[in-house]
Amino acid sequence: MSQVDDAQGASIDTPPEKPRHRATKGPRVPMREQDAARRATNFEEVAVGYSAEEAHAEAMRCIQCKNPTCIDGCPVNIDIKSFIAAIIDGDLSEGVRVLKERNALPAVCGRVCPQEEQCEAACVLARKGEPVAIGRIERFLGDHDLACEMDHRCAPEVGPSTGKRCAVVGSGPAGLACAGELRRIGHEVTIFEALHAPGGVLTYGIPEFRLPKAIVGTEIEMLSEMGVTIETDMVIGATLTVDELMTEEGYDAVFVGNGAGLPVFMGIPGENLNGVYSANEFLTRVNLMKAYEFPSSDTPVWRGRKVAVVGGGNVAMDSARTAIRLGADEVFLAYRRTEDEMPARIEEVHHAREEGVEFKMLCSPVEILGHDGFVTGLVASRMELGEPDASGRRAPMCVVDSEFTIDCDTVIMAVGTRANPLLSKAAPDIELTSRGHIVTDEQGATTKQGVFAGGDIVTGAATVILAMGAGKRAAQAMDSHLRG
Amino acid sequence: MFRIVHKRQLSDAVFEMGVEAPRIARKAEAGQFLMLRIDETGERIPLTFSDWSAEEGWVRFIFMRVGKTTHKLSHLDVGDEIKDIAGPMGIPTHVDDLGRVVVVGGGVGAAVAYPVARAMARAGNTVTVVLGARNADLLILQEEFEALGVELVVCTDDGSAGRKALVTAPLKEMCEAGTVDHSMAIGPAIMMKFCAATTKEFGVPTTVSLNPIMVDGTGMCGACRVTVGGETKFGCVDGPDFDGHAVDFEELMSRQRIYSDDERLADAEYSRECSCHK
Ligand SMILES: Cc1cc2nc3c(=O)[nH]c(=O)nc-3n(C[C@H](O)[C@H](O)[C@H](O)COP(=O)(O)OP(=O)(O)OC[C@H]3O[C@@H](n4cnc5c(N)ncnc54)[C@H](O)[C@@H]3O)c2cc1C
Ligand SMILES: Cc1cc2nc3c(=O)[nH]c(=O)nc-3n(C[C@H](O)[C@H](O)[C@H](O)COP(=O)(O)OP(=O)(O)OC[C@H]3O[C@@H](n4cnc5c(N)ncnc54)[C@H](O)[C@@H]3O)c2cc1C
Ligand code: SF4
Ligand code: SF4
Ligand code: FES
Repeated sequence: MSQVDDAQGASIDTPPEKPRHRATKGPRVPMREQDAARRATNFEEVAVGYSAEEAHAEAMRCIQCKNPTCIDGCPVNIDIKSFIAAIIDGDLSEGVRVLKERNALPAVCGRVCPQEEQCEAACVLARKGEPVAIGRIERFLGDHDLACEMDHRCAPEVGPSTGKRCAVVGSGPAGLACAGELRRIGHEVTIFEALHAPGGVLTYGIPEFRLPKAIVGTEIEMLSEMGVTIETDMVIGATLTVDELMTEEGYDAVFVGNGAGLPVFMGIPGENLNGVYSANEFLTRVNLMKAYEFPSSDTPVWRGRKVAVVGGGNVAMDSARTAIRLGADEVFLAYRRTEDEMPARIEEVHHAREEGVEFKMLCSPVEILGHDGFVTGLVASRMELGEPDASGRRAPMCVVDSEFTIDCDTVIMAVGTRANPLLSKAAPDIELTSRGHIVTDEQGATTKQGVFAGGDIVTGAATVILAMGAGKRAAQAMDSHLRG
Repeated sequence: MFRIVHKRQLSDAVFEMGVEAPRIARKAEAGQFLMLRIDETGERIPLTFSDWSAEEGWVRFIFMRVGKTTHKLSHLDVGDEIKDIAGPMGIPTHVDDLGRVVVVGGGVGAAVAYPVARAMARAGNTVTVVLGARNADLLILQEEFEALGVELVVCTDDGSAGRKALVTAPLKEMCEAGTVDHSMAIGPAIMMKFCAATTKEFGVPTTVSLNPIMVDGTGMCGACRVTVGGETKFGCVDGPDFDGHAVDFEELMSRQRIYSDDERLADAEYSRECSCHK
């Protein structure tokens, strides 16, 4: 019996098969970060990433299980064990290759995946201590690939031309993954994007300090290298309809990955005062339109001194941390349940707190106060948690007569999104759920022949990796459809 | 990239511009708009189609120089390129045979009123256009309206052209005469507000074309929200046309000035850098 198995009490009688190594014990290799006080004033990336030595040291913690449970934890089943083995062997290109078999955007997922609930939660080491830092290692490999000259990068091989043409609507993770896969198979692919820049939420939503836009740009460049055409400023449903794509424009199949981009407001008094933003607007102004560089960039953003963010997910965290960086004196986050129920990634909550975001738990806004058209405060009601609801989380309930007022000049609503009806209105033969999401089968086929869909427009707001998985799965189904 | 193929100065601060955009031209309808971004650091701004030709593949818009973006735009010429144009955005104006329709166009709103009046006339309506401006120099498109063969009433605040009156005066007279089946008011928020107040008294249905501040124009951000009949609507995808009698104009006007300080700053900096502007 190997020492490794002994030490970990796992995989009895299953000696590691890949490179025999003695896994190191002990805590994870920490990732260097910009100091909280400094980063609160700039938009540079918070986490610096592993060096080659650090990545290797962290990889050495992996015991290379015979039954690598981590793989089941990843929604796209990346062969985690093998890419870690490649790092142990010092063969980074092989690591990148393994990673790219299932994940077209490793540098992105390594940064934004909720690893602690997915691959890392399923790592055997998590049972007894800290799991292998799979996300950080993935990021390291993704960054290594991006740092290479284009011709040295791991480019998926493009299959021989099939003579079929596919249209992909939307250039978020679902669309990008679908396009990459279709192209790899050998189909001709054009992505149609409504905005002036591709990337979806990766570009307009997730802030620079968490996901540098240069990384998103370089990943997208790879698709262009592979021969995918990207047409921006193309609003499907307006400039062209899905039908027109399939008739006049001559596409044989269409993938719809237009996201869940319609912001939800709470419907409380004062919500249309100046200084009330949806998180989408706030983040779009700052990320996509670069309002933090105003006036050299032309789009302004209202820079609040005291900012209230409503919500408890990643979007709320991103908004709060962006407000800090825009120079707010105070930023607080109002969430109607407790920190335990907050859907945001733990790491982001931790970062937000370090940067000075104040958390007000168990409170829900009931009114926004204003003077002369501008926000002056937020009235909130205290909440308490009742019985678990359908989602398994304890349902918050208002405490009677518990209202209190918080002074603020900006309120950012990060309370969710709905499906944008722009495309579906122009395509009535695509069946929708009662909430406006597109109905598909498991493979992503919609009720309209030749039209497939995936990502947030099907599932409602979810994650980058799930959207990519759906895009890739749909690409396979489109391929069968085109050959069938 | 979208190439500019036409430019004409209509008044001191108002310009007409045409760009090559064949796909958009094929789809454009009266009342719809485009989102435009001049260059890499540019803002996305909405501008309404003033004219288009599906056959020749161009769209036109008319804009007033009010801030940095429209200022920059006014310096571009035929042959120059605009980085991004997307559209057609918004729901087209509901055009039907409604009977007698009065179309009020105030200031640069005349640009939007023009295709609407044309479409209404083509649909068989008897159309009267009320064209208003502060003074004769600011009056635009008078000849184009005349060429439509519709009845035209011109008013200026100072009487330097047409009647010395606000646009609401002739509108009110026509309502009083009881001959108006529908009215359309397109112009500054304050003008639309008073037009709607005027027609409300007579129960004349009134459509207004709202111009809230926008960012994406695709329904994704909510910057453009307006309150209509007590409900929040998104100007870019639910509008821009709404029932004028149900619109909360005070809110619209308040929301339009949220960035006024920033906008002044941006335009002042631009003017300082910009050599051609004295
Ligand atoms: C602020 C924020 C932070 C987040 N943080 C995380 C995180 O840390 N980790 C994580 O895993 N997930 C995170 N998410 C969720 C994740 O980003 C989404 O689940 C994912 O981006 C969905 O991908 P998608 O491709 O389905 O849609 P999107 O990314 O929304 O992309 C859709 C694209 O389609 C375009 N489009 C829309 N309509 C049309 C049309 N009619 N014609 C043409 N194009 C159109 C849009 O402009 C957009 O570019 C976050 C989301 C937000 C908003
Ligand atoms: C649906 C719609 C159609 C429009 N059609 C026309 C048109 O055909 N011709 C025309 O001249 N103008 C039109 N406008 C207004 C035009 O978009 C603004 O004048 C333009 O954005 C000003 O940009 P700027 O940078 O030059 O000025 P800024 O310095 O940004 O602003 C100057 C003034 O314009 C208003 N404004 C600023 N940004 C916007 C915005 N994104 N949307 C609306 N108003 C804004 C401000 O409240 C301010 O009063 C339309 C607006 C909308 C919403
Ligand atoms: S894609 Fe996400 S879940 Fe899968 S291995 Fe990478 S970090 Fe983990
Ligand atoms: S990452 Fe964890 S589960 Fe996966 S092989 Fe290594 S130790 Fe095992
Ligand atoms: S401009 Fe963003 S939703 Fe209308």
